[in-house]
Amino acid sequence: MQLEFVLNGRPVRLETAPDQRVVDLLRGELGLTGTKEACGAGECGACTIVVDGVTRLACLMLAAQLQGREVLTIEGLAAEGRLHPLQEAFVEHGAVQCGFCTPGMVLAARDLLQRNPRPDREEIRRGLSGNLCRCTGYQKIVDAVAAAARRLEGVEQ
Amino acid sequence: MLTARGMLRPKQVCLRKGGLIVSSRSRVPHLGESFLRQDAPAKVTGRERYAADYYAPDMLWAGVRQAGVPHARLKAVRTEAARAVPGVVAVLTHRDIEGSNRQGVVRRDQPVLVDDKVRHCGDAVALVVAEDPQALARGIAAVELELEPLPGVFDPEEALHPEAPLVHEDHPHGNLLLEGHLVKGQGEAALADCEVVVEATYHLPRQEHAYLETECGWAVLENDGTLKITASTQTPFRDRAEVAEALGLELERVRVVAPFLGGGFGGKDGVSVQSLLGLAALACPGRPVKMWLSREESFLASPKRHPVRIRCRLGADRRGRLQALVVDALYDTGPYDHLGGVVMTLGLEHAGGPYRIPHAELHTRAVYTNNPVSGAFRGFGVPQVVAALELTLDRLARRLELDPLELRRRNLLRPGEQSPAMVSMPRAMGLAECLERVSTHPLWAQRRQWKAAAPRHRLRGVGLAVVMHAVGYGPVVPDEGRAVLEMDPEGRLRVYCGVADMGQGNASTYLHIAAHLLHQPVEGMELVMPDTARTLPSGSSSASRTTFTYGVALAEAAHELKARLLVRAAARLGAEPGELELAPGVVRARDGRAEVPLAELVRDLSPEERRVETYHRAPVSQERPSDDPALQLHGLPHCVYSFGVQVAAVEVDRLTGQVEVRGFLTVCDAGRVLNPQLLEQQVQGGVAQGLGYALWEDMPSEEGRIQTPDLATYLVPTALDLPDMETLTVETFEEAGPFGAKGLGEMPTGGVLPAVGAAVADACGLEAVVYPLTPERVLMALEESRAA
Repeated sequence: MQLEFVLNGRPVRLETAPDQRVVDLLRGELGLTGTKEACGAGECGACTIVVDGVTRLACLMLAAQLQGREVLTIEGLAAEGRLHPLQEAFVEHGAVQCGFCTPGMVLAARDLLQRNPRPDREEIRRGLSGNLCRCTGYQKIVDAVAAAARRLEGVEQ
Repeated sequence: MLTARGMLRPKQVCLRKGGLIVSSRSRVPHLGESFLRQDAPAKVTGRERYAADYYAPDMLWAGVRQAGVPHARLKAVRTEAARAVPGVVAVLTHRDIEGSNRQGVVRRDQPVLVDDKVRHCGDAVALVVAEDPQALARGIAAVELELEPLPGVFDPEEALHPEAPLVHEDHPHGNLLLEGHLVKGQGEAALADCEVVVEATYHLPRQEHAYLETECGWAVLENDGTLKITASTQTPFRDRAEVAEALGLELERVRVVAPFLGGGFGGKDGVSVQSLLGLAALACPGRPVKMWLSREESFLASPKRHPVRIRCRLGADRRGRLQALVVDALYDTGPYDHLGGVVMTLGLEHAGGPYRIPHAELHTRAVYTNNPVSGAFRGFGVPQVVAALELTLDRLARRLELDPLELRRRNLLRPGEQSPAMVSMPRAMGLAECLERVSTHPLWAQRRQWKAAAPRHRLRGVGLAVVMHAVGYGPVVPDEGRAVLEMDPEGRLRVYCGVADMGQGNASTYLHIAAHLLHQPVEGMELVMPDTARTLPSGSSSASRTTFTYGVALAEAAHELKARLLVRAAARLGAEPGELELAPGVVRARDGRAEVPLAELVRDLSPEERRVETYHRAPVSQERPSDDPALQLHGLPHCVYSFGVQVAAVEVDRLTGQVEVRGFLTVCDAGRVLNPQLLEQQVQGGVAQGLGYALWEDMPSEEGRIQTPDLATYLVPTALDLPDMETLTVETFEEAGPFGAKGLGEMPTGGVLPAVGAAVADACGLEAVVYPLTPERVLMALEESRAA
């Protein structure tokens, strides 16, 4: 099928199988390997992307579902070469170890902060509970999200 | 109080706000301060290319047909139907392998593709190569296996029965892979003279690594005949030798590259997809072949933490002075050695802990079964024995009505004294101080008040455990690092990362060390990841050794390069080398009167002078607790240990049986701390895996078939399941380590299960012996005790 959608702010048009998984489309055909796959069954959150402003799992979506949509992947988050405050906070607070969960985690955190700009630690934990991390024990991720929330609030004020 | 934040705040965080440039890169980092991980920016933007991230237009996909049965004679593999599937390029069996078709670290007993018989459900029987994943799946399904089922052996005790089916007919000791036996003093006989004896038999679960990036990689047979394999591996150099032997290739033809791993924890300490990728690439010259296990395939095939059964008997006098210890541990190693013998031997060495016990008898066995493969997992056989010993000490404390911390304090070894395994404790041993720190910490000191304030239907308890963990390899296999440090013709530094980085951050630490010693910012430094064609053999990313061993070699290289630069600069500036120093981008006179840019100075150095190679072998123990050469070969004993005390504060829900961890403290002695932030990362991550081990994670197998095949059934802790943890350090100076540091990667996992077990016992009196402490288990035990 002819698929048209907006990817990280740029229009994309390509010929693809409608039943191709979005994670394969992004990684294999579009070269955006920042979207990771770790279970292929919606259990781990590593393939989290944002579709029309809502977080989705790219391993559970098919290409045809992107028709006419706006898609954000981790590659689109550092606009104009500047790290997003969340990315910056992940680096500063040591929230990254092996890094395989990181892109999905960052996008899930972004979604959380959009819904709840001032989450407490428990709310952050709840907001990230769909994303598995095996390295960090989550604590520094929670630290990073809390710091980014403070920073983003400061920017908005 | 119970969710106190980590005490080790980074002394300086030097990232400029709001910019892509991580500005700490542009200043010279010091050792001992939190230095931001240099791999983080690429990972957080999705730019880092892992082994899983390779794609090419002409790329093929490879996958295997897994046996699906635990024990069977392979009569035939019929590949015609699979070959006929459109898009299938090759279907390979053991007949296509020209080498030994055997791999393994110590005992090479694991086939690349099954030839004689299937020994567990995850065995690879046929390899399919196809144009795309869909054709690959159809091809794998079309492979026909003719299998003659054999009676299997699934219980390690039954496996030792003389009539038990044999997993390896050619193994001289039947199903007994390896046995270790140490007797100190009068051994078991001394129990009879003890005033108090406590005993228990513990059952600890099979734990799955569940790294996010499943086993993967890609390979290509290049035009010059080189087989290049890029894999998610902790052991590129060892893989190279194993692949060459298994496939019948000259070592020189095989090249293994190890990019950053998406997690390892020991599960990638050894060959997974490497030989299969090599075989596939050899069959399809010129085309890259990729392989990436699904989560289910990974769970089925990958090695796990050994399930164990441990009987522990501990005798003491009424004042709590330990007199005798008898430990008998049975490790279910599954069908292949993998690293099972080494794991068991490390368990043997740690089975008596850091305690003064005059009489001890330690007995450990690793046994072949047709269960899933067991192998390396962070802690490497030690968390099992630490759990048994510490939980038994806790029983003793309750029996004697002694404070559990005081019981440890009374029996703790001092530096130079011998452990029950007859190994001397190192000079750098801060364990007594760790215990002191715990004793005054609010989590411990105020536990009675905290317990008394438990909410309705909830019972609170606090428990602790002491842990020690050896650093580096044992006495036989050389624990060595060959560092390379180079200045390119433009004066830029190139740091060769000789040991794989599975996520622990050693690559960044290497940059940190080089930057610190050469007084240069890391900005502009090039990092060369492990590659058998570019870096030098420096051992595995395991054994808490990545910084400990390679760090020393790299520091020596940096000192040498610095000396060479100063000599050349002295000639240019008409000064003595001693009057000069390195500063960012220059060598300058200490009095500031003259300087020469590195970019210019480098022209005075020949290519040989610009490159420094150093060799370092970590010291080995001269002690021989056993005359058994097999135990020495498998790593007994060590001479450097990290230490820790871990404290868990839990709440047990009387109505649901759920155990909630409300606070967790680790006080550790890992020598000198090079980077507090990385230390905290290791401790928090290790504790998280330990909490999973204590409370949720279990991969039971029924007749060799795993019962938790995916992440929906195998429960890895989420952000909601874990508490905020606190980490404190007691710094000692380990002379063998870089700048006084020891390794830390494994120790923090070791004491978690017994600390939680002790806390649960403290909360509700349940002296659990079967783990993990799932709500079902706890609730049933609570109901039983109520009924009683």
